[in-house]
Amino acid sequence: MISQFFVLSQRGDNIVFRDYRGEVPKGSAEIFFRKVKFWKEDEEEEAPPVFVGLSNVDGVNYIHVKVAGLFFVATTRVNVSPSLVLELLQRIARVIKDYLGILNEDSLRKNFVLVYELLDEVIDFGYPQTTSTEILKSYVFNEPIVVDAARLPTLGPASMFMQGAKRMPGTAVTKSVVATEPGGRKREEIFVDIIEKISVTFSSSGYILTSEIDGTIQMKSYLTGNPEIRLALNEDLGIGKGSASLYDYRSSAGGAVILDDCNFHESVRLDSFDVDRTLALIPPDGEFAVMNYRMTQEFTPPFRVNALIEEAGQLKAEVIIKVRADFATSVTANTITVQMPVPTYTSRRVKGAVSVGDIVKFSSLDTTEDLSCTVGVSFELEAGAVGQTTDFKEGAKRLEWCLKKACLSHIFHQSQRILSGAKSVTNSFIQLYILFQCSFKIVGGAEHTLRTKLTFSQESHGNIAREAGPVNLNFTIPMYNASKLQVRYLQIAKKSPSYNPYRWVRYVTQSNSYVARL
Amino acid sequence: MAPPPIVQQKSSSPSQPSGYVFFLPSLSVLLLNRKPLRFLIPSYCLSRKSEVSDLKLQLRQLAGSRAPGADDSKRDLFKRVISYMTVGIDVSAAFSEMVMCSATSDIVLKKMCYLYVGNYARCHPDLALLTINFLQKDCRDVDPMIRGLALRSLCSLRVPNLVEYLVSPLSSGLEDGSPYVRMVAVLGVLKLYHISATTCFDSDFPASLKNLMLTDSDAQVVANCLFVLQEIWNLEANKSEEANRERETLLSKQTIYYLLNRIKEFNEWAQCLILELISKYIPSDSNDIFDIMNLLEDRLQHANGAVVLATIKVFLHLTMSMTDVHQQVYERLKAPLLTLVGSGSSEQSYAVLSHLHLLVMRAPMLFSSDYKHFYCQFSDPSYIKKLKLEMLTAIANESNTYEIVTELCEYAGNVDVPIARESIRAVGKIALQQYDVNAIVDRLLQFLEMEKDYVTAETLVLVKDLLRKYPQWSHDCIAVVGNISSKNVQEPKAKAALIWMLGEYSKDMPDAPYILENLIENWDDENAAEVRLHLLTAAMKCFLKRPPETQKALGAALAAGVADSHQDVHDRALLYYRLLQYDVSVAERVVNPPKQAVSVFADLQSSEVKDRIFDEFNTLSVVYQKPSYMFTDKEHRGPFEFSEEIGNLSLDQESMDNAPRFDESDKDLLLSTSEREENGGPSINGAATPGYSAPHDYNSSLVPLSSQTQSEPAVTSRTSFAIDDLLGLSMLAAPAPPSLKLNSKAALDPGTFQRKWGQLGVSISQEIPISPQGVGSLTTPQALIRHMQANSIHCIASGGQSPNFKFFLFAQKDDGSASFFLVECIVNTSSAKAQVKVKADDASASEAFFALFQSALSKFGM
Repeated sequence: MISQFFVLSQRGDNIVFRDYRGEVPKGSAEIFFRKVKFWKEDEEEEAPPVFVGLSNVDGVNYIHVKVAGLFFVATTRVNVSPSLVLELLQRIARVIKDYLGILNEDSLRKNFVLVYELLDEVIDFGYPQTTSTEILKSYVFNEPIVVDAARLPTLGPASMFMQGAKRMPGTAVTKSVVATEPGGRKREEIFVDIIEKISVTFSSSGYILTSEIDGTIQMKSYLTGNPEIRLALNEDLGIGKGSASLYDYRSSAGGAVILDDCNFHESVRLDSFDVDRTLALIPPDGEFAVMNYRMTQEFTPPFRVNALIEEAGQLKAEVIIKVRADFATSVTANTITVQMPVPTYTSRRVKGAVSVGDIVKFSSLDTTEDLSCTVGVSFELEAGAVGQTTDFKEGAKRLEWCLKKACLSHIFHQSQRILSGAKSVTNSFIQLYILFQCSFKIVGGAEHTLRTKLTFSQESHGNIAREAGPVNLNFTIPMYNASKLQVRYLQIAKKSPSYNPYRWVRYVTQSNSYVARL
Repeated sequence: MAPPPIVQQKSSSPSQPSGYVFFLPSLSVLLLNRKPLRFLIPSYCLSRKSEVSDLKLQLRQLAGSRAPGADDSKRDLFKRVISYMTVGIDVSAAFSEMVMCSATSDIVLKKMCYLYVGNYARCHPDLALLTINFLQKDCRDVDPMIRGLALRSLCSLRVPNLVEYLVSPLSSGLEDGSPYVRMVAVLGVLKLYHISATTCFDSDFPASLKNLMLTDSDAQVVANCLFVLQEIWNLEANKSEEANRERETLLSKQTIYYLLNRIKEFNEWAQCLILELISKYIPSDSNDIFDIMNLLEDRLQHANGAVVLATIKVFLHLTMSMTDVHQQVYERLKAPLLTLVGSGSSEQSYAVLSHLHLLVMRAPMLFSSDYKHFYCQFSDPSYIKKLKLEMLTAIANESNTYEIVTELCEYAGNVDVPIARESIRAVGKIALQQYDVNAIVDRLLQFLEMEKDYVTAETLVLVKDLLRKYPQWSHDCIAVVGNISSKNVQEPKAKAALIWMLGEYSKDMPDAPYILENLIENWDDENAAEVRLHLLTAAMKCFLKRPPETQKALGAALAAGVADSHQDVHDRALLYYRLLQYDVSVAERVVNPPKQAVSVFADLQSSEVKDRIFDEFNTLSVVYQKPSYMFTDKEHRGPFEFSEEIGNLSLDQESMDNAPRFDESDKDLLLSTSEREENGGPSINGAATPGYSAPHDYNSSLVPLSSQTQSEPAVTSRTSFAIDDLLGLSMLAAPAPPSLKLNSKAALDPGTFQRKWGQLGVSISQEIPISPQGVGSLTTPQALIRHMQANSIHCIASGGQSPNFKFFLFAQKDDGSASFFLVECIVNTSSAKAQVKVKADDASASEAFFALFQSALSKFGM
């Protein structure tokens, strides 16, 4: 079973380290970190969640998940179920979050003794014992030292370039299940989040190629005394389509929501589910998914995306991206980010041919003389596009830069570095990809257009559309859900007439993979 | 598991938590600096030492203190010690001080102390003795929490000399009134076993655990008993008969049903491990199977992926003998697996997807309508994309190829170069497994027009393979390939492919000799031996077709080759040189024989390996795509390896017959594909029995494989094979390819066939099973006809509709005699059986022919 468990920071140092069986040689954390950091096997640049240590020599298997920028790692010498260990690691992270309110490096460092208390009870001699936040309460004696949520760095648009962008959805609540509030009494409340991750692929002609919704009903309860809860969903909710016609988009009669499949948390009782679509449960403490579901039924995608790239004379091309919001005006989508990789041809033969396209905006900038590449991109946004920013990302190497005035020299510095690096590698043409990206807010019903001019230092080979794109959208839309799955009511069994806890129900839609092809 | 009653006051924290300051200035620099410690300059080491001695001093001062706030300061100090321990600083020097301070009623302090002691006791056995006293005392505390914690720490000391102190606390722990203490005690037995097995057996702990397992009211205690017994008996099984028996009783119907009836009492993790045990259970009859499946049905709706996968394993293993139910299981588990892929983090998705991958590979046809689920998503990490691409390749068939290939072509321009490459390869693989390759060839040729180095490189390799299978496409391909400048091709594999095509089709490519000449001129700059080898062969081929133009180039190539420092290149150059000296027509026959199109490219993995992986469903083997013996040592294969030998007992008969086959395929593994193709040209039989060959990098993993088979005389490999064979599910036992040779160009007109069929008597009539892969491929009779034709068995008439097909086939001996074999073959796909009747001109050879027929049929669909 599990030999060791440890948590490493992004820089690779141990925050928590627990050896359960003493059968793995010393230095496992270092071996793990080096492997993950410099992964190069199988042409891949990203380490898979499960791998062997020193190429079969020591028989140690490393299994890890990344949560909040931290590595949660288990080592084992046994041929375990990978799923079991990965689920367990994820659960440990969640239990820790339940206790600390916020899970990050800072909170973990401040509370490591509490975390050790938890780890002692969660796993014994490598065998998982209990991960129930509730049961664990009786074994934990340290008070969590709460980290100030306000000091958390906000996840800007850059966050989606973090590895493993598919983050687990979680509630926004950052309150420990054990910490008492300053006022003394705990507030009786329960949070229910319906979180949907949607994946849509548009063909170049705007036709929907694939669409899918992965949803989850997330719950976090701060109710005392474990009252029973009834959660009612749409009455006409259907589950399981005819298996053969999963992608046969027959128009759903009467707008009934039909899920392909779903699964439930252990505590959920489905006695009356078939009758009136109600879930009954006694919510355990802490955060958990009441139900996960998947839907491929046709739905109206929140955004229509049209992307076009065309050559505009020699060495030039124009990109036009249109985004239209197909939802009610009362809803506003936050931080939409549009990304599109575009080809940039660089060559040492074009040495000295320097121009920064026709970027009028930044013409005041100096020193472009000895730059041997042309990374020319200019942006024209519609008039009145206030608050829109445009960033560059160098995709392949994951450098980050932004096109603000102050940073422009930084860009040149970076591209020079890339070039000088590239020169030594090959003497023929090399390609760099540039992702351009722009972030903004969008109100329901609105339409935005982004026009971009690209300048190349080398002629493109025929079909430019084949070498650019696809366009990808990232967004979060609060108070909106694409599937129309709804919580009709949330009933809490009353302990006394005056008992009326706070109930928070929230809908959020996030993009998982929202792609428009060129 | 009920939490123990808490007697202790809950954390009457002596101070405000926010008031903690537990980093000393200098060390906090060290800790916050987060640099690996080995880079520290010596002065730090000095200060580290002084830190520790400073800590010791402070602890000593506090040890006896009863002053108010003493516990408070102790907590601070303890925290500091533990934090040093975590980052890897050796604080064992403070051992005695820590023990002295541990006489406290503060449970937070106690826990930290236990943690510390557990960490350092092993390397300081003498000091560990100091702790025994207070731990033993705590084992008798009134608070069950303290009793449990102390017992756990006591067992975790891992000091052999101290085992005598463990026995009595453990015995009383197992009988404790609190389930928490019992739970800890049960695992304590396992810890004791690992320190001293004899002490464990002498105290008769296994028997007590067995009793506890069947009677305890607390589910976690029961589960722990099971884990411990499983691990102990598994490790002991080789040593004693009794252990073996005990191990089997865990799998008895009684135990299994006992656990099944209580399954919902266990928490999800225990359920996973119990389900793993159940998957090894051998059901007595089909009622048994359905009872278990009905009971576990709702586990498939669990939100925890590990529970679902464990349940699926039970279902798959239980239904192995029932082909149709087995298929239903595949259908049933599709939806839950796909939901799991979508709901968790990408790491969890990966684990689930790996299993889905395995199932897709086993039964691609069952997933052919679900292909859209395997399209790559923008946010997928590359390890997930890679799996998806492989699955898309596997499930491509007549109905969905167009869509899949269109999608894959989108990825070819991907920013992620490894994935782009992989996508191109996937397109090529689909082309190789389809019969209607028309459109795909066009797409591939379009890739070449993209003029991206890596795209060109990958495509060239594919075009080469495609030409080897479908020589009829040479005209289209050669026209495009001819336009590629060899200067733009740098990767050795692609270069070799290009050179191969130049040699093979030098007749159709006007520039071939001159391009080759150019390449030969740069012989010295060519680093890859693979390229130089191909250059030699291509020059030879070209010379034999267009002697005057190539003579000079060939001379240069042979001279350079003979002088080459690489042994293979040198040898091949010398061989060609001597061949030419000896007789040009012989050289022609060796280098340029008429080639038969490759019908099936060999799979990377033998089906035996695949079956092993399937047996090890829901383990790391699936993720690594390797059976466990390739990455774990024997003792750690764990409780999951378990019933292998048990299965073997009843199946021994079968396994004996099949044993020789493995040597056969193992030998084949040593030859690489290209080698076999190049050298095996003239032999028709070489193509008729495509052995399993491996890519170059596979050779490394062969080492453990062969050593394994030697050390434990083929027991394991035989077993898994035998199970499958009995159930008629997987790759069937193919007898060693017999020496009989068939004429690949045999011809027989229907009239003669009918006459012969009437005249001859049936020499063999037998029913043979067909592999599930074969059944899957048999959507139209043509599929089988083509396959058999590749094996020099020709079809004269066929008909029927799923599930029944009828074929009349014939073959001719390749010894000049006009001796024919006639076959009537009736295939029923739903029962996966074929009724075969053989009639022969030469009845004495019919036995050999039948063996050949059977071996050819068994490879159908692979």
